[in-house]
Amino acid sequence: MAQAVDTTSTNAEMPKTKPASPWTLAFRQLRRNKIAMSGLIVIIMMFLICFVGPFLSPYSLETMSGPSNKGPSASHWLGTDKLGRDILLRVMLAGRISLLVGLVAMMVSVAIGSTLGALAGYYRGWVDTIIMRFADIMLSIPALPLLIILGAVLSDIQVPPDQRIYLVMFLLGFMSWPGLARLVRGQILTLREQEFMQAAEVLGLRDKRKIFRHLIPNTIPIIIVVATLSVAGAILMESVLSYLGIGVVPPTPSWGNMISAANNLIDFKKRPWLWIPPGVCIFMTVIAINVIGDGLRDALDPKMKK
Amino acid sequence: MANNLVEFRNLRTNFYTSGGVVKAVNDVSFAIKEGETLCVVGESGCGKSVTAMSLMRLVSPPGKTEGGQILYNGEDLLTLKERQMRHIRGNEIAMIFQEPMTSLNPVFKIGQQISEPLIIHKGMTKKEAKKRSIELIELVGIPRAAQIFDSYPHELSGGMRQRIMIAIALSCDPKLLIADEPTTALDVTIQAQILDLMRNIKSEFKTAIMLITHDLGVVAEMADHVVVMYAGKVIEEAPVHELFRNPKHPYTQGLLRAKPIINQRQSRLYTIPGQVPNPVSLGNNCYFNDRCEHCMSICVDKQPPLNTYENRHKAACWLYEKGGEA
Repeated sequence: MAQAVDTTSTNAEMPKTKPASPWTLAFRQLRRNKIAMSGLIVIIMMFLICFVGPFLSPYSLETMSGPSNKGPSASHWLGTDKLGRDILLRVMLAGRISLLVGLVAMMVSVAIGSTLGALAGYYRGWVDTIIMRFADIMLSIPALPLLIILGAVLSDIQVPPDQRIYLVMFLLGFMSWPGLARLVRGQILTLREQEFMQAAEVLGLRDKRKIFRHLIPNTIPIIIVVATLSVAGAILMESVLSYLGIGVVPPTPSWGNMISAANNLIDFKKRPWLWIPPGVCIFMTVIAINVIGDGLRDALDPKMKK
Repeated sequence: MANNLVEFRNLRTNFYTSGGVVKAVNDVSFAIKEGETLCVVGESGCGKSVTAMSLMRLVSPPGKTEGGQILYNGEDLLTLKERQMRHIRGNEIAMIFQEPMTSLNPVFKIGQQISEPLIIHKGMTKKEAKKRSIELIELVGIPRAAQIFDSYPHELSGGMRQRIMIAIALSCDPKLLIADEPTTALDVTIQAQILDLMRNIKSEFKTAIMLITHDLGVVAEMADHVVVMYAGKVIEEAPVHELFRNPKHPYTQGLLRAKPIINQRQSRLYTIPGQVPNPVSLGNNCYFNDRCEHCMSICVDKQPPLNTYENRHKAACWLYEKGGEA
């Protein structure tokens, strides 16, 4: 018998001493993707600059650090704005806000979207109907007008600017969960019929455990890809809102409201240092995140492997 | 004599399909004794698996268990609350499936999957569960247990995965192990190993086994007692030796004749003529009547009851009834 057992185990082809987890395999796949890796480098750089950079700056956000509306120079690498504040410092601090908004909005949307999607897919029936019809309603309302209204409400009830950032994060997150919920639900619908779920059922597990420990981990690849892409979406949306003056409001800097500071023709034509740096930052960040998202999709999707 | 561990009494499970009501399990009664291996035999779609799923109370809509009782240690499982039932599943009654390749969750390590029921049902800590899991992996005959503990299902072969499934099923020392065609998806040598393993488990742990199969070779090798099902009904039930020596029901006789005999040349294997009747439109007759070579007029008019004969042999056939001769 022992002899026979040995043949079965060699059949399994396991010469490796340490079994490779799905994550190592996926990361190996991702590393081969040059575009995704350059996107990853850009993002890491962006985070480093935004979160570490301000500590190295000799200027502070609150005080005017030089003459107003001066172009780039040795003391102010990216120039100063009309109040004489250092643009480089403001771009970095705005980056903190924008990246944070992107991340928090993504986390909110992932938490809501995957939970509701999983519940809908697992229980089906009326739970499914209620959740998915609600998602349909959310999807059918154009996000921008709704956010503009909500932004106006926020301005109206005079939320202090520093708290407003958090509200914007949650609003953006709350607006973007239905897409993810749909995807997760679809996955769960197929997964719940798999034999291993029947096996889990036979073990006498609770529904909660079955959903969150057995089903959702199987949808992680999809969640990761959607989450990555939704960071980019949230950053873009936050910029749009801030540009319109209803997202993050001055004096808190964000890339969007820095650009909106330059929305008169004179600033636009004569002082490009006001709006080019935040514009480039938005552009690079969003492109980089999208590229990473695509790379992750290729790496995590088992059907894509050659 | 050992006590009845599980007793099915007039169990009925119906499926409500668009074509009509399918009586998947139709008035089924039999018992599984402690420490006994009971084989349920029959062709595809005759209600073997549904009987097992009814026992686990896992028949999902459109199916519904609508009548009868399933007594487990004298307690009717069909009236238990869901919470109490969860305690039975995996803990008292465990189950292994036909398809080992898909029965393990692909995203978790083997060890986590074996530990899970231990942590839930036995309240073990992670460390204790790990120790016990490694013992279990060794118990089911897989070498390098500690290494397997950290492997993912895709790294194991079908035979190994079925062993892991058995290890998971055994983790909480169940009183009853339901094996739903555990060897159908495996090749013959692995089949023999798995059956060996199950036999060892039975003698070592005194676990009762309800083995669902359509392979009479497996039955002969494993069973103490055999239940033959046809179209949702028990048509014959007997201890294994009695059944093979003296099959009563023409269907059982047909099944035994359809088996190849080793070292004997046969030009063509016997087949039972006809097909299983459409389960939607079953009347009040012997369901086997149109395929039976001994069919009598009463077979078409009336359903034969399951009667007990000598040697704990039960059969539902008019051939052995006084009323049948008339």
